[in-house]
Amino acid sequence: MNAFLSLVAVLAVMLAAYVGTGVLDAKFLFGTVLPYAAIATFLIGFIYRIVDWAKSPVPFRIPTTCGQQKSLEWIKSDRLDNPHDTIGVIGRMALEVLCFRSLFRDTKMERHEEATVVYGPGLWLWIGALAFHYSFLVVFVRHLRFFTEPVPYVAVLLQRVDGFFQVGVPPVMASNLFLLAALAFLFARRLWSPQLRYISLASDYFPLFLLIGIAGTGVLLRHFVRTDIVNVKEMAMGLVSFKPAIPKGVHWFFFLHLTLVATLIAYFPFSKLMHAGGVFLSPTRNLANNNRMVRHVNPWNAPVKVHTYEEYEDDFRDKMKAAGLPVEKE
Amino acid sequence: MAGAHKFDQVEYYKPEDLLALDYRPPETGWMDTPVDFRPGTWIYPGKPKHLEYLDLANPRQWAPTDENWKLPENWKEIVLAGIKERLEKYRSFKIFMDICVRCGACADKCHFYIGGGDPKNMPVLRAELLRSVYRNDFTTAGKILGRLAGGRELTVPVIKEWFYYFFQCTECRRCSVFCPYGIDTAEITMMARELLNLLGLNVNWVIEPVANCFKTGNHLGIQPHGLKDTLTFFADDIEEVTGIRVDIPMNKKGADFLFVTPSGDFLADPGTYTCMGYMMLFHELGLNYTWSTYASEGGNFGLFTSHEMIKRLNSKIYAEARRLGVKWIMGGECGHMWRVLHQYMDTMNGPADFLEVPTSPITGTRFEHARSTKMIHIVEFTADLIKHGKLKLDPSQNDLLKVTFHDSCNPARAMGILEEPRYVLRNVCNHFNEMPENTIREKTFCCGGGAGLGTDENMEMRLRGGLPRGNAVRHVQQRHGVNRLTAMCAIDRATLTTVCDYWAPGVKVAGIHELVANALVMKGQKERTINLRLEPINEVEEQPICEVEE
Repeated sequence: MNAFLSLVAVLAVMLAAYVGTGVLDAKFLFGTVLPYAAIATFLIGFIYRIVDWAKSPVPFRIPTTCGQQKSLEWIKSDRLDNPHDTIGVIGRMALEVLCFRSLFRDTKMERHEEATVVYGPGLWLWIGALAFHYSFLVVFVRHLRFFTEPVPYVAVLLQRVDGFFQVGVPPVMASNLFLLAALAFLFARRLWSPQLRYISLASDYFPLFLLIGIAGTGVLLRHFVRTDIVNVKEMAMGLVSFKPAIPKGVHWFFFLHLTLVATLIAYFPFSKLMHAGGVFLSPTRNLANNNRMVRHVNPWNAPVKVHTYEEYEDDFRDKMKAAGLPVEKE
Repeated sequence: MAGAHKFDQVEYYKPEDLLALDYRPPETGWMDTPVDFRPGTWIYPGKPKHLEYLDLANPRQWAPTDENWKLPENWKEIVLAGIKERLEKYRSFKIFMDICVRCGACADKCHFYIGGGDPKNMPVLRAELLRSVYRNDFTTAGKILGRLAGGRELTVPVIKEWFYYFFQCTECRRCSVFCPYGIDTAEITMMARELLNLLGLNVNWVIEPVANCFKTGNHLGIQPHGLKDTLTFFADDIEEVTGIRVDIPMNKKGADFLFVTPSGDFLADPGTYTCMGYMMLFHELGLNYTWSTYASEGGNFGLFTSHEMIKRLNSKIYAEARRLGVKWIMGGECGHMWRVLHQYMDTMNGPADFLEVPTSPITGTRFEHARSTKMIHIVEFTADLIKHGKLKLDPSQNDLLKVTFHDSCNPARAMGILEEPRYVLRNVCNHFNEMPENTIREKTFCCGGGAGLGTDENMEMRLRGGLPRGNAVRHVQQRHGVNRLTAMCAIDRATLTTVCDYWAPGVKVAGIHELVANALVMKGQKERTINLRLEPINEVEEQPICEVEE
C-alpha cells in the first residue's frame, strides 16, 4: 500500500510535467520557476535543518565503541573504531561516510536445525548502498558538462572512463547501469523481505521511485528520446548564470527528467534523505572515546536533589557506631 | 511438568516451545497491532512508596493489565511537552528521530528479536514507536500528511505499547554498532523511559533499587552494619580457603583509593566470589584502600530511569572520595556501572580536581587514560600488575575450568575494555576459548536481563533474550568442553546463570577476579585444596564436564 501510494505520487509528478510541457506550453514554469524554487527550497531547508540540529546541545559524550579502548601503553588500541582523539574521529567518520564502515559489519542471522542460531556475513546491503551512492555521484559529476563552460576536466575524464565499454552510440554509461541495478535491488529487498516490508513507510518508497524515475528518464533521454543536447545545455547554462531562457526544440520528455530532479531536490530537506547531513552530527560516531581523559561539559548541567553523607549518617549513625564504623558526628 | 510451575519460573518454559519461532510479521500493520500483556513478558510496576520517596510523578497502585492506568488528567500534554524539552536538550534524540532510513541493518541484531520474533523488538521498529509520535506532532510533513508521512496520534494504547517495548530493551547498544548512522536505541529507550516516568510509569525492579540506593547507598538496601557483616563473612570464607585473614578497611579516611563495586557482588553467588577476589588481591598487595558504606554501589539504576536520577545516585562517589580524602578511585567488575562512570560521571558530578591521576602503588604506572575522572577499572589495574610480574599466579589452580569470556554490553560498546580481561584470563587459567567472532567484543550479545529487566516475572523474555548468548556458549561447550563463562558484570553473573542453566546446562558463571584469586599464590597461605566456592581444585570430577543435551 505504502509502495503503491508512492508510485502514484511519482507518476503524478511525471504526468504533471507531461501535461505542463507536452500539452500546455508551460515550459517557463517547469524549466525555470520550478528548478529555481527547488534549489531555493533545498538550500534554505538543508541549512535550516542542520542549524536546527546544531541548536540542541550534546550534553554527554556517548560514542558507541567498536574496538579496544586506549588505556595501558602495551595494549594496542583501535584508533579507527574506538578513536581517542580528533584524528581518530576524522578517520572513523571518513570510513563511515565514504566506505559505510558500519554496514560492512553487517551479519545475517540464520537458524540452523532446531536450536542453533548463526550470524554469517551479510554484505548485500553494503554492496547495494555503495553501488547506489557512488554511481549516483558519478552521474552527478558527469552532468557538470551541462552546467559549466569550459567543462571541468574531471567531468570529461569521468565521461570517458564511464563509457569505457564503448557499447552503442552514444556509448552506454556503466554508472547508469549500476545506478539502475542498485536502485532496483534496494527496492526489491524492501518488497521481498517481509520484515522490511513491514517497517517501510511511504516515505521510504517515494525517494526510491523518484530516483528510479530520474535514472530511467535519463537513460531514455540519452539513448532513445533524442533531444537536442545543445539546446539542453543552453537552457542549463541560462539557469546557472541567472539568465534563464527556454530554447526551442527541447523535447517535453526532458521536462519529465527535470521535474523529477526538481522534486527530489525540494523534497530532500523534509525527508529521511537528510541522513546525508545528519550522519556528521551523530554523537555516537563523531565523538572521541576520551571520556576519562578529558571532561565533557554539559551546558545545562542542572543541580539535582541528592542524599548527602550528613543525611545518610543521621539516618544510620547509631547502627554505624554499634558496628564500629567511624562517624563524623558522635 | 509445566503445569506445576508458574510463569515466573524457568521450568514453566519448554525450550522447544520457545524455539518455535516465527519471524513473519503479523497480518495487521504495526500501528494497528495492539500490545498483548501476556504473563512472563512484562515487569511489575513501581510501588508507590518508592516513587514517593524519590519525589517521582504519580505514585499509585496499578497494573499493566488494568484497563485504566490512572494516568494524570493532562497526560498527553505532559508527554508532548516532555518530548519537546528533550529535543531541545539532546542533539542525539533529535538526530535519531530524524535520520533513520529504515534500511533494516539493525533488524536481526537484537537478542529479543532473535529469540522472540516480535517485529516491534527490531530496533528500528522499537524506535518507530516513538518516532511516529514525533513525526505526527513535531514535523511539518507529519502535521500535514499524518499517517502517510509515518505519523500517528499519541493515544493511551500508544503509551501502553511504549511501556511494554521500552521495558523490553536492555539498552545494550548492539544495534548501534551496525547502524550506518550510529543510531543508538539505548538513547531512544532512555528518552522513552524518561517520558514514561513523567506519567508515573516505571517498573519496580528498577525503582526499588533506585530508592534503596538513594537512602542506603546501594541498590540492595544493605545498611552500613550489614555491609560490614557481609564483608566479614567473606573474610571468613577466604580464611577457610587460604588460611589468611584479610582486613576490611571501611570508611577509612586518608586511604590511597576508594573502591566501589556493584552491590550485587555482596549478595548473590557467584558475584560474592568475585568480591572475595578483590579483597584477597588488595590484601596480598598490602594496598591502602577503603570500602565505603555511603558510596556502596557502583551500579546505577538511575541509568534505567532518567538522566536526572543517574546524577542523583552517582553524586555519592565523588562526594565520598572527597570526604574520605582519598587520592583516586577504583571500580569493580560491573557493566552498566562502567557506562555511567566512563560516559556520565565526570560530566555530571565532576570535575574531580580534588583527586590525583590514579597511579598504581605497586608498579608506578600512571593511568593517564583516566586523568580526568580519576577512576580506573580493577581489570586495568590487575592487567598492569600481571604485565609487570607483580603477582604470583598458579593458573593450574583453575585447571578444572574450561573458560570462555562474555564481553558485557557496556564495557564493550561504551568503553572498549576488550583486551585487558582477556590478558588477565590467559594468565590465570590454562584453558581459554573464545565464542564465535560475531558474538563477542563489540558484537557481543546481551544476557537478556540488563537495563532493569533481570527479574523473574518477565522470565519468558529473559530466556528469549538470552538465546543468542546461550547458543554461543553451548557452541564452545560442545566444541571445547567449556564449563565456565566469565563476565565482568554483576547483572551478567546473576542472569547468565539462568541463561546457561537453560540454554547451555553445565556451564557456570564467574567473575574475572574469582579466577584471579583462585590462581593467586598468597604469602603465608596454607596449601590450597579448595577454591572460593569451597570446591576441590585438583580432583577430577566424576561427572563428565561436557554434558550436552541434544
